[in-house]
Amino acid sequence: MVAEIPRDKLLWIYERMRLIRAFEDKVAELFAHGLLPGFVHLYAGEEAIAVGVCAHLTDRDYITSTHRGHGHCIAKGVDINAMMAELFGKATGVCKGKGGSMHIADLSKGMLGANGIVGGGGPLACGPALTAKVMGSDSVTVCFFGDGAAEQGTIHEAMNLAAIWKLPVIFVCENNLYAESTPWFYHCAAKDIASRGSAYNIPGVLVDGTDVFAVYEAAGEAIARARRGEGPTLIEARAFRYYGHFQGDPLTYRTKEEEEEYRQRDPIEQFRRRVLERNLLTAAELDAIDAWARETVEAAVRFAQESPYPTPEELLTDVYVKYP
Amino acid sequence: MAGRVITFREAINEAIRLEMRRDPTVILMGEDVAGGARLPHVEGRGEEAWGGVLGVTKGLAKEFGRSRVLDTPISESAFIGAAVGAAATGLRPIAELMFVDFFGVCMDQIFNQGAKLRYMFGGKAKVPMVIRTMIGAGFRAAGQHSGCYYSVFTHMPGLKTVVPSTPYDAKGLLISAIRDDDPVIFFEHKLLYDMEGEVPEGEYTIPLGQADIKREGRDVTVVAIGRMVHIALEAAERLAAGDGISLEVVDPRTLSPLDEETIINSVKKTHHLVVVDEDNPRCSLAADIVALVATRAIEYLDGPPQMVTAPHTPVPFSPALEDLYVPSPEKVIQAVNRALGR
Repeated sequence: MVAEIPRDKLLWIYERMRLIRAFEDKVAELFAHGLLPGFVHLYAGEEAIAVGVCAHLTDRDYITSTHRGHGHCIAKGVDINAMMAELFGKATGVCKGKGGSMHIADLSKGMLGANGIVGGGGPLACGPALTAKVMGSDSVTVCFFGDGAAEQGTIHEAMNLAAIWKLPVIFVCENNLYAESTPWFYHCAAKDIASRGSAYNIPGVLVDGTDVFAVYEAAGEAIARARRGEGPTLIEARAFRYYGHFQGDPLTYRTKEEEEEYRQRDPIEQFRRRVLERNLLTAAELDAIDAWARETVEAAVRFAQESPYPTPEELLTDVYVKYP
Repeated sequence: MAGRVITFREAINEAIRLEMRRDPTVILMGEDVAGGARLPHVEGRGEEAWGGVLGVTKGLAKEFGRSRVLDTPISESAFIGAAVGAAATGLRPIAELMFVDFFGVCMDQIFNQGAKLRYMFGGKAKVPMVIRTMIGAGFRAAGQHSGCYYSVFTHMPGLKTVVPSTPYDAKGLLISAIRDDDPVIFFEHKLLYDMEGEVPEGEYTIPLGQADIKREGRDVTVVAIGRMVHIALEAAERLAAGDGISLEVVDPRTLSPLDEETIINSVKKTHHLVVVDEDNPRCSLAADIVALVATRAIEYLDGPPQMVTAPHTPVPFSPALEDLYVPSPEKVIQAVNRALGR
C-alpha cells in the first residue's frame, strides 16, 4: 500500500499531519497562557484519520466535522492564518470571528463546519450528498463523528437515510476511546461500531486510526464506492487523543500506561518510520516539513494576534441574507 | 370579472408546482409527500399513494418524478438536517415536517444547524430552505398533533416564520418563501385547507414582512394570526351589525420579519389593541405584539391592550374542551369591550 501512493501525495500526507500536530500543540500552549477565549478540543493523536481520508477529496467534496474539528479543517485545506484568527475571535478569522473553534467552517473548501452538537453533522452530511445526487455530480461527503456521537439517534437516522437513498456519504467514526470521560466499552452496546453498518446494509470497516496507510486504503475504497453511486460506507478508525476532551480536562479517567501505549503508535512517527524504511522519502525532506509546519503556525499566530477584532456592527450582520 | 377560486390546499400545491417548474434546484421531501415509494403497483406505475397525509402535495411526484419528490423515512432529524445541508450546497429544498408538534424530535437540526449556520460561518453560507408544517387545533387530534408553536420559531434568530390565512396569501407567500435565501418555516393551519378563495393562476409573490389589513376599521385594532384572522373577521362582522363598533383586522402574515409599522400605524388610528393568537400565551406573539405597542406607541392607547389566546395548557382531546381551547369570536368581542372600557 505504502509504495503505491504517489510521492507528492506522501509528502502532502506528512505535511498535513505535521501541520495539524504543530497547530494543536501551539493552540494548547496559547490556551494554557490564557490567550484564547472560550474552549478548545484538540485533535493531536488522531491526525492519520482526517489526513488519510481527505487525501482522496477535492474542494468539490464536502466534510462535516465535530467539536474536535481543527484537524479536519487542515486536512481539507482551510487556510491556517484564517483558522488561527478565528480561534482568537478576530475579524480576519475564517468565520469573521463569529464561529470560533467549535463552528470553524469554510464552504469554499467543502468544509461544512465543526459542530458543537455531538452527532449534529450526521444529518447535515446527507445534504451535500443529496445535492450531488440531484445535480448529477460525483461529489462525495464525509461525515466525521466520534464514538460518543455513535450513540446519537441522528447518526443512526443519517446512516439509514443515506443507505436507502444510496447517497455518496462516508461515515467515519473516530473512536478515540472516550466520550468525554466515559469509556466507549461502557457507552456502546455493540462489540464495535463498525459492525453497525450491517444494520443499514452498508459495509462497516474497522481500521487502525493511528496508521494513515490503513485509513487511506479503507477510505479510498469507500469513496470510490460512493462515487460509483453504490452508497455509503461506515468506517470506524480507532485512535487516541493526546489531549483531554477539552483543554483543562484533568484526564483522571485514563492511565499513563494507556497513553504511553498509544504514544508508541504515534501516527506521525509511524509514517516516518515506514517511508524511511522503504526509502520513499528522505529524513531531510521530512525534517524540512517539520520546520515549515512550526514556522507556518508561528506565522499564523502572529497574523491572528496582529489582526483586529470585529467591529461592533458585526454583532448584527450575517443573521439573514435579507431581513425583512 | 370574478377570479378563479381554489382551496388553500390547492394554492399551496400550485405554489410548489410552479416553483419546481421554474427552478430545477427546488426539491420536496417528507413523510408520504408522495407515498408508496418503490411499490411496483404505485411508484412502478408512476403513481403516488397519498400525495401528503392530507393530500397537499398530490400530483407533484407524478409531474416531477421521485428524484425531486422524495418520500422519507420517519426520521425528521435526518431529512430536515439533509435539507439544511442540501440548501447550503446549492439546492432549494422544501421539507415537510408533518405536524409542527414533531419539532421536538428534530429541533437541533432546525435551530442549531439551519438557523445558525450563516451567522456562525460569518455570512459565508446561505440556507435557502422551507420547512412546511401543519398547525392548529380543531381536528380532535389531541395533545401531540394540534399545537401552533410558531412563537418558538419566531424567537429564533436566523429563521423566518410565515403563517398564511387565505389561499391567495398562501400561494404568494410560499413562492416568496421558496425563493428566499434564508430558512423559512411555513405554518399551514389544517382547518384552512378546504377554505376557498380567489387565486390568480400564474406566479406572484407577497413579500415577507408585509402585513395585510384584512378589514379596515376605526375603533379597535385587532391583530390576528393565521386562522384567527377569520375568527376576528367574524367578531368584526357581529360588532358592526350589533353595536356599530368598527374593528380593523390586521393580519401580520409573517411573524419574523414582523411588519411593525402597519400594526403601530393602525393603533395610532384606532387607539385600541386586541391580539388574537391560537398559540399558548406565555412568550407568545400576542405578548410580543402587546409589548411592541407598549414600547413604541403607548401614548396612543386609550385603553388596556388585550390578548385573546389559547390557555396555558396542551390541546385537549374532548370536543367539549377543545372548543374552549381555541379563541372564539365571542372571546374576541369580550376582549374588544374590555379594551374599550365597556
